[in-house]
Amino acid sequence: MVNYVWLGMIVFGIIVAGARGDIETVTKAALDGANSAVKISIGLIAIITFWLGIMKLAEEAGLVRALAWLVRPAMRFLFPSVPKDHPAMGAMVMNLSANILGLGNAATPMGLIAMRELQKLNQGRDVASDAMCTFLALNTSCVTLIPTTIIGIRVLYGSADPTEIVGPTIMATAFSMAVAVVVDRVLRFFYNSRQQQGR
Amino acid sequence: MFEILSELSRWAIPAILLVVPLIAVLRGVKVYETFVDGAEAGFATAVKTIPYLVAMLVAISVFRASGAMEVLVEVLSPALNAVGLPAEVLPHAIMRPLSGGAALGIASDIIKTYGPDSFLGRLVSTMQGSCDTTFYVLTLYFGSVGVKKYRYSVISGLVADLTTLAASVFIVQKVFGAGG
Repeated sequence: MVNYVWLGMIVFGIIVAGARGDIETVTKAALDGANSAVKISIGLIAIITFWLGIMKLAEEAGLVRALAWLVRPAMRFLFPSVPKDHPAMGAMVMNLSANILGLGNAATPMGLIAMRELQKLNQGRDVASDAMCTFLALNTSCVTLIPTTIIGIRVLYGSADPTEIVGPTIMATAFSMAVAVVVDRVLRFFYNSRQQQGR
Repeated sequence: MFEILSELSRWAIPAILLVVPLIAVLRGVKVYETFVDGAEAGFATAVKTIPYLVAMLVAISVFRASGAMEVLVEVLSPALNAVGLPAEVLPHAIMRPLSGGAALGIASDIIKTYGPDSFLGRLVSTMQGSCDTTFYVLTLYFGSVGVKKYRYSVISGLVADLTTLAASVFIVQKVFGAGG
């Protein structure tokens, strides 16, 4: 799927640019894209390193296990393939909590830690595991209790009540998370049964 | 409620930075050494994501700069208008899963043009807040561990985005009314 999306964006983009007689744009856009990708990754080094250090401390202190224990029933339901005391559980809990608190820059490194732990369970294959797919479905439908950036923009343009969208945002998020979990399960079912038919 | 939440988010990271090492010390952990030990993998993790991000951002950048996105918006807008999604927020809806920064740009433009307290302003605010940049998250997270085959993840991510879109339109209409 990602192969087709990726190729489609490039092919469609080049066709449109060519048709508009503006093919030079493609060259510049491609290099701009590559450039910002590297900048993002380099920018991530600092925060990932910081949070990996904090995470290790929290782990050694037993804090991650305590937090994971609190939400164990929900996590057991969502991730049946992950052993209940596996570090992946704790890391996923930390990531989702950081998302909920709107700590975008703390959520990402914790998500990456969670992926690393899930990849250990996946025995290093290059195919996503069931648990990884569920985790990412939850993550992209992301719960954010405080959408701070957008509130800032609303303040900037003189909203009478900049935070009035918090309630609707939480409702929309909750709804899409629920749908994401269901869709994940349904697609997994179809995907796995298709694979068993040897296709 | 918002004041409490925003205060909480201001304090969250300093509190973590204070409480975690303190508890660790009380439990006999060598805090400095443990921190450094954990942090060691940071560089490698970030660098490993570079090829994946380059691949994805090149495609997204070409797609956007070439005008292909506008073509897609034009093709889709009659259908989406029919289900009650205003054409003005369509570029945002399409951009949201592709690029967080670009989507935020479109959102602030709509808020500026129509006003933050208009129906469109509220709708785009809700849309911006309630989902994440699906392709970025997938690329970054899978890329960091070297997973190349995403299976059905792209589909479930996009379905979640579509759901957020539909839910946002519905909820904003219910809460604030369609006018304004």
